[in-house]
Amino acid sequence: MATNFNIERSEQSGIQVLALDGYLDAHTAPQFEAAIQELLEAGKIRIVIDCGKLTYISSAGLGVFMSFIEEIREQGGDIKLASIAPKVYQVFEVLGFPELFNIEADPEAAIGRFGKQ
Amino acid sequence: MPSFERKFALHVPSSTENLALIRDFVSAVGAQVGFDENEIARLALAVDEACANVIEHAYGSDATREVTVRAAVEEGEIHFDIIDTGRGFDPSLIKPEAVEELVKQRRSGGLGLRLIRTIMDDVQYRIVPGEMNELRMTKRLKK
Repeated sequence: MATNFNIERSEQSGIQVLALDGYLDAHTAPQFEAAIQELLEAGKIRIVIDCGKLTYISSAGLGVFMSFIEEIREQGGDIKLASIAPKVYQVFEVLGFPELFNIEADPEAAIGRFGKQ
Repeated sequence: MPSFERKFALHVPSSTENLALIRDFVSAVGAQVGFDENEIARLALAVDEACANVIEHAYGSDATREVTVRAAVEEGEIHFDIIDTGRGFDPSLIKPEAVEELVKQRRSGGLGLRLIRTIMDDVQYRIVPGEMNELRMTKRLKK
């Protein structure tokens, strides 16, 4: 069965942008985990996750954010999120993610937050 | 709401690739019962979380096993029963931990149960030794 999940990678102003498209569940979370791991190993730790085309997230997807954030911040980087649709945002909210992560209206704003640090 | 009982069931191989199919099933049942779009999304999430736990923990990702999702509408509520024949695991034994603590410990476990408990009105677990495990999640229907 084809998975309905894709990650588009780009770099803007020295910030790594991962644009998620489709659903992020226990089946597709390993793909996302591998993408973050790859950036971490390359020392690219200023990361924006563009959730504009993310249609669904379960705890498996949220767990990827949680398992990397501490290590990335210890190294001086961060993961910032952008463009989360209301239906997806409610899941982030239930688990208190807005207190733990910068969540911006669009990727440009999230990229801009790195400059302000 | 009609007063008669309505029952639905889905049996799928124990593989995470079937989670999308399970969510579609829950969404279709939720729509038929009259939940709105946001409520349907939450029900699908809760059932996804429960099934992902079964697939990964009860069955250890053994795709030759089977997960059963049953939905029943009765007396002003909907039940979703997740049935497996794998290793029994009583979620009530797991204490919810603060998300900040999980982040510090670089752990992501326990989030699914927290979502299930937040979304559903009641969660019960039943182990029939040697036979099956059943997680019953109940959501009351709005009058």
